[in-house]
Amino acid sequence: MTVKELIDNNIFELVNNGGNGDTVITKPFACDLLSFAMSKASADCAWFTVMGNMNTIAVSVLADCACIILCEGAELDEPGMAKATQQNVTVFKTDEPIFEAALKLYNLL
Amino acid sequence: MYDAIKLTYNVSGDDFTRAGEASSDVKGKLKKMNVPPDAVRKVAISMYEGEINMVIHADGGQITVEITKDCITMILADKGPGIKDIDQAMQAGFSTAPDNIRTLGFGAGMGLPNMKKYSDEMKIETEIGVGTTVTMKVFI
Repeated sequence: MTVKELIDNNIFELVNNGGNGDTVITKPFACDLLSFAMSKASADCAWFTVMGNMNTIAVSVLADCACIILCEGAELDEPGMAKATQQNVTVFKTDEPIFEAALKLYNLL
Repeated sequence: MYDAIKLTYNVSGDDFTRAGEASSDVKGKLKKMNVPPDAVRKVAISMYEGEINMVIHADGGQITVEITKDCITMILADKGPGIKDIDQAMQAGFSTAPDNIRTLGFGAGMGLPNMKKYSDEMKIETEIGVGTTVTMKVFI
């Protein structure tokens, strides 16, 4: 599944379109501690987290994540939004808990 | 192939709005130079962790990156408080980061362990009250 297909699927609400629609999502990845995410997130994963700040965006860029899905109703704060726009990172949000949201994507891959 | 390149970055203390900028910049440059993705990732992770440490603990500092055809050397120098017990600081899970840092998703005690894990060589020189210099190498 590509990032564009996930956008079109509408299971998660799009917060920022990073323009990387062609990226093929390899797998879901769930983690809230940034140093763990930094070392464990694989390239082109879809990262599920409740951390909606600029550091999440920075880690996503450095770890080459395909997109971020903010769960449990977590919002991307203003500096995070600015950084996501600047760094072209695709971000979604959902009210669902991390496990349920990641499982939903897993079943679509 | 390319000649040796030297890059210098100033890291602002306590400024999370810019934390990670130096690492992102280096990552972009290495990619453009066609450095193998595995080496780029190792540099990105180890340098970002070091950069964050400088912001959290040392009121910023300076990072110098030297890129040659077979090695990337990162020198992170700060004038922070120094590391009291390096062995303890190297233990996964040990952290002296304040609570407000934890709410940002850091402070898990994985910074230095990640730096060691993702660099091929790491050297820490530290003096209490004077500062810390961490030198990391990633071989291409």
